[in-house]
Amino acid sequence: MSDVTDATTGKRAPTPDDALRIADSKQGGPVLAADGTPLKRSLARALRVQKLRALALIAPLLIFVLLTFIMPIADMLFRSVENSIVSNTLPYTTEALADWEPDTGEAPGEEVFQALYYDMFLAAEAKEHTTLGSRLNYENSGISSLFRGSGRSVDDVGEDQIDMLEDQGEHWEDPAFWYAMMSGDGGATDEGILQQQRQRLANLTSDNFGGEIGFIPGAEIAGILPRTVRAYTAFALFTAIADEDVVAEEEPWEAVKVALIEDLRTTDLSGYSGPGAAELQEAQGALADAEPISYRTAFEGMDKDWADSDVWRTIKIYSPAYTTGYFLNAIDMQKGPDGPEARPENQQIYIMLFKRTLFMSLMITGSCILLGYPVAWILANLPARSANMLMILVLLPFWTSLLVRTSAWKVMLQQQGVINDTLVWLGLVADESRLVMINNQFGTIVAMTHILLPFMILPMYSVMQTINPTYLRAAKSLGATNWTAFWRVYFPQSVPGIGAGSILVFILAIGYYITPEIVGGTTGTFISNRIAYHISSSLNWGLAAALGSILLAVVLILYWAYDKIVGIDNVKLG
Amino acid sequence: MKLTKLTALAVTTALVAPAVSAQDMADEMTIVSWGGAYSRSQQKAYHEPYMEKTGVKIINDESSNEAVAKLRAMNEAGNVTWDVVDVVAADALRLCDEGLAMEIDPDEMLAAAPDGTSAEEDFGELLVGDCFIPQIVYSTTFGYRTDMVPEGVEPPNDICDVWDLETYPGKRSLEKRPINNMEWALLCDGVAKDEVYDVLATPEGQEQALAKLDEIKDDVIWWSAGADTPQLLADGEIFMGSTYNGRLFSVIEEQDQPVAMMWDAQVFDLDGWIIPAGLPEDRLNRALDYIMFATDTQRLADQAAWISYGPARKSSAPLVGKHAELGIDMAPHMPTDPANAQNTFLYNYEFWADYRDDIDAKFQAWLAK
Repeated sequence: MSDVTDATTGKRAPTPDDALRIADSKQGGPVLAADGTPLKRSLARALRVQKLRALALIAPLLIFVLLTFIMPIADMLFRSVENSIVSNTLPYTTEALADWEPDTGEAPGEEVFQALYYDMFLAAEAKEHTTLGSRLNYENSGISSLFRGSGRSVDDVGEDQIDMLEDQGEHWEDPAFWYAMMSGDGGATDEGILQQQRQRLANLTSDNFGGEIGFIPGAEIAGILPRTVRAYTAFALFTAIADEDVVAEEEPWEAVKVALIEDLRTTDLSGYSGPGAAELQEAQGALADAEPISYRTAFEGMDKDWADSDVWRTIKIYSPAYTTGYFLNAIDMQKGPDGPEARPENQQIYIMLFKRTLFMSLMITGSCILLGYPVAWILANLPARSANMLMILVLLPFWTSLLVRTSAWKVMLQQQGVINDTLVWLGLVADESRLVMINNQFGTIVAMTHILLPFMILPMYSVMQTINPTYLRAAKSLGATNWTAFWRVYFPQSVPGIGAGSILVFILAIGYYITPEIVGGTTGTFISNRIAYHISSSLNWGLAAALGSILLAVVLILYWAYDKIVGIDNVKLG
Repeated sequence: MKLTKLTALAVTTALVAPAVSAQDMADEMTIVSWGGAYSRSQQKAYHEPYMEKTGVKIINDESSNEAVAKLRAMNEAGNVTWDVVDVVAADALRLCDEGLAMEIDPDEMLAAAPDGTSAEEDFGELLVGDCFIPQIVYSTTFGYRTDMVPEGVEPPNDICDVWDLETYPGKRSLEKRPINNMEWALLCDGVAKDEVYDVLATPEGQEQALAKLDEIKDDVIWWSAGADTPQLLADGEIFMGSTYNGRLFSVIEEQDQPVAMMWDAQVFDLDGWIIPAGLPEDRLNRALDYIMFATDTQRLADQAAWISYGPARKSSAPLVGKHAELGIDMAPHMPTDPANAQNTFLYNYEFWADYRDDIDAKFQAWLAK
């Protein structure tokens, strides 16, 4: 705003800012404007109005860029570290795992498996366990089916003990009895437990689980049977909000009964006289001799992988809500027992792909300069009419579909293709040893150079057009050879065009995806092909985001380096 | 999202009984499929009769290739615009795991066979996962150029002929992913067929398969689109290559190229429908009504008149007739035909759901070497 320069004189026109400064620097009393307000205030107001108007003018673009560009990029950066799914799905397990030492090589103890039981049960009811299984499967093969299978049989845990409980009387299968006991039947209530479970379900399902459910846990019973009340509250929330049923009419889940059996083993019922007191005492007596539920044995019975300390190490490593795991993976590393370590050599691929992408993009930029410069020169030095004709030839491929052009290169370059056929016909190449020109780096470089060439020629051409031809003539009349005149006089003036073209071509090339996919074979593919694979096939969006973030950082660093070395002012599009 | 899904499920159970009135159904639906000849076969066998019967407008979307990613994005945005989606079984499993596809109850949502056999029994073991409604059985198998078989040599009839570069010189084309290639490599490296997946689950077995593939690596063109191998065969770029059997059928019978099928060790895979999770009630009813119609015995058999993929119902097999335009008998071109199905694999969904990411990383690193 304050740097408006006059095109003819090069001098800066006075702006309200200047006037403000002048008004500020005046000694003595305030300078007044025509309407009597101090000049300073009046000017500031004018300036503010002007700024607001400018902002309003760019607002549509600003909002558009924010919504379609900045926010997706921010989202991508966030995804590359976000990892709350583990602690949201297995809240109690990750908490219990905090004390477990992975170095022992032993699976964790009974209390962790018990926590896993409650987590897994609720996750399986909400059908969220398989999502977590797929997430952890990226880190440790086999967890996907481990979670899928365990989710199916988790409601069989403690079957025998549940049968014993239900043998004590029909009331243990009666929804109304449970409801009365758990809600304390009019006594003091405990809203805190309800809030906790609401939050737990909200985290698990990413729905908000708000709203009235017609159940509040009783405070007295919550003190005596903490696990049971917790499990019943989760059940009540899920029944009322997700299933849209009435809590008092539904029989509680197995997990609630297992929790009760667990609570009855330790709790002291003597002071309790609320609803169900007699039945509870009866059940405690009957279950006193029952074998305790072994959660560990139950889970190992579902899948022996639960005894594998590697599985548990993976869960523990990925417990925090944020992880560097995706970024480590993106640079061929992984989280090992002693911090980050290199991946086995037969899995290293991304660093190599980054290097290859940079190298090939440079090659493509280089060949675009070599091929484009003479064309731009001719275009700039021909009479306007013929230049326009030639310009159409440059633009024509630019207007043709990318896929069509890439497929055309396939027809040209393949072993039974046009070029090979011609070479064989000419006798330059034997029929058995046709050249391999596609499905490798060569193919990618040729096809991409062709596709990106207009992006190089157009800025070069518009810069060259502004170079006054009399400079060349002047140099020659002063005794320069053709080459010296070109190299010392013409070329330096065309560098801004090369710079602009190179930046365009290089940055477009680095993110190219379709052409390398079609003609690149195995040695000519780019990092973007792997990003696409992780977005659309493996659904490992975290890794794709990490790879994308690194690519973005590399481009920004290169841009910065270019600015330092060549200077971004030295880039012209015309 | 979850809530609506569950409500929808509850509603479904109540409504699947034939008494859903037409007013409760949307009069427009978006069906996602693969495009090309496959979509055309669905258009002829399912969409046209259904539109005629109900007057519903069907919008075709050819996005099955990226259905998994798109459905996830739609779900995150809270705006699922698709009603019925055609995906391969492996993708259906993944969508089901991610909670993006609705769980189905075969006996309630699918029509029984004409003789009264329940849908669950009629589809049998092809009902993989909890969300997948099978439609066709296709196979990934090899085609070869008959004019490039050296003189005096039997045409290839064994999967290991792919590795026999001396007898059958020329390039091969294989899919640019580990699935199927790893199994074939182990099979030709002396691993017994029923032990293939046990071996492949170990790092040593994975190395073994890659080492076997190394033998032909320099002579392989890796494809990523199903149309690549047919094109490479037609151009004479390769001697033999793997692709879907329907694509080869069209090269051989419709385009009349000198190409023949090699069915040995073909890998069966399934393609079918899923219904996205969380559809509003009227669209869900419409989707269920369509599914009920389009997966009945006659309709599945009708599709086989347009493309050489086997119907997923046992009861449809006897109804498969002649090609609707070429007039040739379709049965011998089906992957499930007894003459073709002497040595087959069924895609191991559970195994690949677990090992896909791990083995793919190794496979891609090996490819890039």
